[in-house]
Amino acid sequence: MALRPRLRGGLNAVFWELWSRMEFLTYMGAVFEPLSLALLVGGTIGGLILGATPGLSPTMAVALLIPFTFHLQPAQGLILLGAAYTSTVAGGAVSAILLKIPGAPANIATAIDGNAMARKGEGARALQLSFLASGVGGVFGVFVLIFLTPVLAKWVLAFSFPHLFWLAILGVTIIGSLDTKSFVKGLLSGCIGLWLSTIGTDDIYGVPRFVFHDSLTGGINIIAALIGLFAIPQVLDMMAKGRSSAVIEALEVPRHAILSAVRELISRARALILGTGIGTIIGIIPGVGGQVAGLVAYDQAQKFSPERDKFGSGHPEGIIAAESANNAMVGPSLVPLLTLGIPGSPTAAVLLGGLLIHGIFPGPDLFTTHAAVTWTFIDSMLIGQILMATFGILTAGIAAKISRVPMPIMAAAVLILALFGSYSVQQSMGDVYVMLGLGLGMYGLQKFGFSAAPLVLGLILGPIAADNFQTGSMIAAAQNGPWVYFFTGWLNILLIAMVLGSIAYSFWINMIVPRRKAQAQKAQAQKAGGQGHD
Amino acid sequence: MMKIIAGALVALTMTAGSALAQSYPDRPIGVAVSYGAGGATDFQARIVTMVAGNEDMLGQPMYILNKPGSGGRVGWNWFATEVDADGYTLSAYNVPHFIAQSIKGGVKYDVNSFEPIANWGSDPAVVVVPNDSPFNTIQDMVEYATNNPGKVTLSGAGLFVGHHIAALQLEKETGAKFAYIPTKGGGAAAMKAAIAGDVMGGINNLSDAFRAREAGNIRILAVADLQRNEEFLPDVPTLMEAGYDVDDSSVNFRGLMVPAGTPQDVIDALSATVPEMFNHGRVVGKMAAGGSPMKVMSREDVQAMWAERQAFLQDLLAGL
Repeated sequence: MALRPRLRGGLNAVFWELWSRMEFLTYMGAVFEPLSLALLVGGTIGGLILGATPGLSPTMAVALLIPFTFHLQPAQGLILLGAAYTSTVAGGAVSAILLKIPGAPANIATAIDGNAMARKGEGARALQLSFLASGVGGVFGVFVLIFLTPVLAKWVLAFSFPHLFWLAILGVTIIGSLDTKSFVKGLLSGCIGLWLSTIGTDDIYGVPRFVFHDSLTGGINIIAALIGLFAIPQVLDMMAKGRSSAVIEALEVPRHAILSAVRELISRARALILGTGIGTIIGIIPGVGGQVAGLVAYDQAQKFSPERDKFGSGHPEGIIAAESANNAMVGPSLVPLLTLGIPGSPTAAVLLGGLLIHGIFPGPDLFTTHAAVTWTFIDSMLIGQILMATFGILTAGIAAKISRVPMPIMAAAVLILALFGSYSVQQSMGDVYVMLGLGLGMYGLQKFGFSAAPLVLGLILGPIAADNFQTGSMIAAAQNGPWVYFFTGWLNILLIAMVLGSIAYSFWINMIVPRRKAQAQKAQAQKAGGQGHD
Repeated sequence: MMKIIAGALVALTMTAGSALAQSYPDRPIGVAVSYGAGGATDFQARIVTMVAGNEDMLGQPMYILNKPGSGGRVGWNWFATEVDADGYTLSAYNVPHFIAQSIKGGVKYDVNSFEPIANWGSDPAVVVVPNDSPFNTIQDMVEYATNNPGKVTLSGAGLFVGHHIAALQLEKETGAKFAYIPTKGGGAAAMKAAIAGDVMGGINNLSDAFRAREAGNIRILAVADLQRNEEFLPDVPTLMEAGYDVDDSSVNFRGLMVPAGTPQDVIDALSATVPEMFNHGRVVGKMAAGGSPMKVMSREDVQAMWAERQAFLQDLLAGL
């Protein structure tokens, strides 16, 4: 009985806290002022186009827009940046689905099933599902930002070096099962990726590793690698086929009704919920970000799906999980920035610049002194997500027609895009050579049944694991040693348990289950054979 | 048709002729930044170059080229070896970073590979602690580190950057031993570690620390400069005032430079105009709003500062 008033008091406090966050509605009007709305629409459409261009990552797109905000009011400048951030992340899905070139690391998982669907002539359906899922995930993410920012600020600080290390290891455990028929080949691809990630001058000790040429001093640029690993094998494939097939392969693009895409999304709620949830959680953790959100969500959606065997051959749930995750991450990824002034991702770092330039310092007074600017910015992201989904869906049919382009032209176009994209990342020919080298290597590996996605995941996770381990070890050496530092505390233990669970699951599903199936089949065959003798 | 083409050709040759006659610059100028988009150097470089296109300045816009990697080594290697010395590609410098890196070796540049144009900013290193830290003064921290060698963890943006230099100087002066923790992800990651209490303290940029303190996230114990910063941190003592003979050698100077071998008249043209550009009212206003301390220095002053840092760092890093 004593609990009840306390409970009621607590609930009341929570209610009032949430109610105070309803303030965001007050500033909704500012988003619909003519100039603001024009910037929002322009930023969204421009962002979709930039995002669909391979080599132009969200970070780059936002950085390019910063000088334009010099001439705008603070709120309007941020509207432009927020809209561009939102829509470049979603726009990356277009090239991932149609060309199998992920626009940014966030869209890698989308390329796996999205492109398989496009090849089956379902490009329009894949794009519609992708934008719808992005919209739903994105709106949820912004709501989390609106209502839970104060709570989540503590969560941000809870993640330290050992936890980020274990998180990266958790990512490593899903490598083997990602987009591959063979568990062992998946693991091998992952190892190649992890090795590639060690190339370059080590950021912490300043020691060069595997640097045989100047252009490798800075390591392998992830965007250049993405383009090479995904686009080049495809170009070579297209060229090889172009010679042998006299008939130009023109894929039919049947129109796909938007309403049926909505219905399909609802019927695949499991993937949507998983993707949105995982994207939101990963988004909050500084230093991990959207690069892995899509891949982790894809992997989980596959594990929980009864049709997990169909993943990789064009299963809509793969797209839904990946795209809802990478847009759900957008809102929460701003929590560390808005509460602590610490950018949790490179894109957030650029947004911080956009804030500072107008004399706005992130921190507690962001929601008091600068409430008008902050809330207008957040509101514009909310509207931006909806606009992005709408524009994307409306143009999906037109964009999908790209699949009708004859194969030789397509191969040439993709090659040009790949060269342009890898050069433009940091205006460096070195990146172009790296892109071509990795692409040729990947083409060879694909002939032996290896795939690019686990390799890229290794390339992304390698530095996260290594750097956090190195820094963590240094702190551990000054404190109570590595055992205490890496293996105690509830968050470490929880993450280690998840790592062990993930390994056990992989072992079960990839080693035990197939063997049992084989045994059962054998037994059945024997039984059938035995019956035959009677 | 031919007439139009001929007309166009004539027009082209005429503009080309007048451009040749006109002095430098006749096309946009690139500014390489050896750090990623969104970092402090990138952010400030974008502000200080924004009026370059004004008629009374260079008359041509400056655009930013990001060449990040390995604490700046990638960008400066590229700048020292690949860039035409024609004045159309400049680079931002960070002192003491590039000088310390060249002394430690493994890079393709040293202080003689570049010619300074002008300096725009100086960001001193400050010592920060989490809000709940037991250290209330810098003396508390040094005393604890003296009694517990290697136990005081201090985060900073990397090895041989200003933050690390300040820690080394403080160790050398006091005889205390710190555990300097370089974080990947630059000053922001180092600051996060300090706010969250992952480390016992940190050395960070004055500008970032000022904002973090305004937000109520950390306390600032001391600044490694010759004078207090009256604009942003009038209440924070210098290390000198606290009784430690640590000078301003760790101050992070930012400015523009060209590769060695650039024609003298181009260097002269740039070093005459660029300081004016840095002092432009709009630039100063934006820099102040962003909490970025400015220090405009002429080419001659920067040359002297580089030479002084080179001698000092060679001495400090000799034993490491």
